[in-house]
Amino acid sequence: MLQRLLPFISLIALFVGLSIASPNFLTATNLSSVVRQTATINIMALGMTLVIVSGGIDLSVGAILAFSGTVGTMAIVAGAPVWLGVAVGLLCGLFWGFVNGLLATSLKIPPFIVTLGTLGIVRGVTLILSRGLPVVGLPRSFDVLGEGTLAGVPVVLFVLLACAVVTHLILHSTKLGRYTYAIGSNQEAAVYAGIPVAKYTVAVYAISGMLTGLSGMIEASRLMTGQPTAGQGYELQVIAAVVIGGGSLTGGAGSVVGTLIGAFIMGLLSNGSDLLRINPYVQQALIGAVIIFAVALDEARKRRFSK
Amino acid sequence: MLLELAGVQKRFGGVPALRQGDLRVSEGEVHALVGENGAGKSTLMKIVAGMLQRDGGLMRWRGEEVRFQRPAEAHANGISMVHQESLLAPHLTVAENIFLGREQERGPLLDHRRMELETRSLIEEHGFPLDARSLVGELSPAQKQLVEICRAIHSASNLLIFDEPTSSLSDVETAAVFRIVRKLRERGMGVIYITHRLVELREIADSITILRDGETVYSGVYASVTTEEIVHHMVGREVSAIYQRQSLPPGRERLRFAMGGLSLNLHAGEITGLAGLMGAGRTELCQTLFGLRPAPGARIEIDGIPVALQSPQQAVDAGIAFITEDRQRTGLALALPLRTNITLAHVDGVARRGFIQARREQQVAEGYRERLRIRAASIEQWAGRLSGGNQQKVVVAKWLFRHAKVFLFDEPTRGIDVGAKAEVFALMDELARSGAAILMVSSELPELLQVADRILVMRAGRLVAELPRATTQQEIMRYAAVGA
Repeated sequence: MLQRLLPFISLIALFVGLSIASPNFLTATNLSSVVRQTATINIMALGMTLVIVSGGIDLSVGAILAFSGTVGTMAIVAGAPVWLGVAVGLLCGLFWGFVNGLLATSLKIPPFIVTLGTLGIVRGVTLILSRGLPVVGLPRSFDVLGEGTLAGVPVVLFVLLACAVVTHLILHSTKLGRYTYAIGSNQEAAVYAGIPVAKYTVAVYAISGMLTGLSGMIEASRLMTGQPTAGQGYELQVIAAVVIGGGSLTGGAGSVVGTLIGAFIMGLLSNGSDLLRINPYVQQALIGAVIIFAVALDEARKRRFSK
Repeated sequence: MLLELAGVQKRFGGVPALRQGDLRVSEGEVHALVGENGAGKSTLMKIVAGMLQRDGGLMRWRGEEVRFQRPAEAHANGISMVHQESLLAPHLTVAENIFLGREQERGPLLDHRRMELETRSLIEEHGFPLDARSLVGELSPAQKQLVEICRAIHSASNLLIFDEPTSSLSDVETAAVFRIVRKLRERGMGVIYITHRLVELREIADSITILRDGETVYSGVYASVTTEEIVHHMVGREVSAIYQRQSLPPGRERLRFAMGGLSLNLHAGEITGLAGLMGAGRTELCQTLFGLRPAPGARIEIDGIPVALQSPQQAVDAGIAFITEDRQRTGLALALPLRTNITLAHVDGVARRGFIQARREQQVAEGYRERLRIRAASIEQWAGRLSGGNQQKVVVAKWLFRHAKVFLFDEPTRGIDVGAKAEVFALMDELARSGAAILMVSSELPELLQVADRILVMRAGRLVAELPRATTQQEIMRYAAVGA
């Protein structure tokens, strides 16, 4: 029991610790900043939670983020209203997620390999479409997504919470969620229970792609450009968030709450390191150590599980 | 007439698993399906349940010819199967597993409460020791089997297939399964019951079909065949269903073990049986002896020399062999060939300066294949493709090649048919004669009485009795369940 609460306790401890260690931590500015900076990773991690629970993985999310942000902003610059541009971004993410799912299920290649491939393909297509140049000339109104506030709270926080609630509902209370857990827990059992595994697997990657598309537009909004090189290395942070929060790479385990905690722990570590002026190189090593520590603990807890 | 199978055929690769599968089941009939491992029983039933597709022959459901492409199609016709190997999702709860694929919804959302309630009432109705909210991954093998049974009962409406449903269950739970089978019969359902425990059939079978080498060799009313005849049909040769072993005078002490209040000695040439109820600690004792479960204060001597028990490696180096209950998971590398599995514990025996000598390995593997009569296409065949009995022989061969001195057998005949059982016992006898000391953990009391020289009984982690060969099942049970 204690081990299951560990991520949550760690988050609280980290929060309290930083409040004490740095006078600038518990300010509205700083906390908003943390929220904004982690929002992208956080929303992508919600999608990754679905994928990891199903027993899969998606290494191409960073590339999808860049593609969606680039194409979405291109649409806006070409004259589309902001909301339509955002919708285009979401659709781009949905499309690539769909492709990932389809390749993994029809070719029966491990998702690790498929998404390793699409990572390169998507990145390449993004650079081709943008000719390697960032998309500029976006209307001022576009920054509301990434930098705007509503009643003093960053807009992204509302977006994040909405996505989190929906993802949680899916995982916990719908057939899609139930089947995602079943497929990740014992795919053979799912097959023999008559579950259309391929269909639900594709759905999971598609939803994850869509959430990544949304993140892509949020990122573009923060940068006020469509950056074809955005999102490099994001996939590892996203996976780390899910795993620190209790997700298992072998499938069947993971939760929205856990993922949010995992993402915030990493966000606070990063923010705290900045405030306390800890060397950014040390930060990297620190995050890596945290991941190993969190997973080792989780493995110990799961040891009595058997198929 | 519910189900009619005529001349059903199935090949895997080039190997025919079924040549002539015939079977007929009517409503309100309990039909036993028996045969040696590899005879084709599970294959035939998987075809009925829509998990596999037949290559030839006829299948009629309620008079109409059918071909189920998917398990869902069989389900839709009211056919359900309790599998031999657990097909449950360990991260989901008992209730979630029972409803998997058939969830009840309220609009777009799942109706958790209703599913849990229905699960609870189902569990209560049959008096199973289950909790609807437990995670299946944390259950014992017996409990998992009960969950499988609940799942099948809950969805079946016309035909229910039981594949070795009682292999992990105690007598009490087995009796509960019989009650269920009788109730299903009363309801007018058809039941097909696959088991190696021929004795169980007396309680429930109306009719019986016997498969041998993929062909139906007998099909008829159960009451008109004797157990001897059944065995004869299964094996195709005169085999006494009762195996009698000649005791040897026990030789020198090979293993001396003490841990807390528990002490154990094993002698050369002796087969020591270990009986006890589920949870008594027999497998745990084996695991401690094998270094899998280091216990503080445990001391062991092999041939008089003290040995450390901190890891299986130390146990193996000391000459201890552990033939586990779950041979598929912990005894074999299923995706590797026979040849590799046989030399797995003693690769040094076929390697020179770090390089494996292919020809030497072949010789060794062929030698054991012949000596133990392992039935396989060749030594290159994957261990995962062999039948239970042959897999067990490969495991024993592995330890023979390692020149083990002490053999720990945990449920050696689980999932093995009569013909192969006799061969496994003969093997154990041969091992004993060659000077090894053998510990045989078994829940099959008749087998212990036939094979063991003396029988130890465990209860709640302690050794409570040592009984001579001439003891009875009742006496063993008494010590196992009550204590004195």
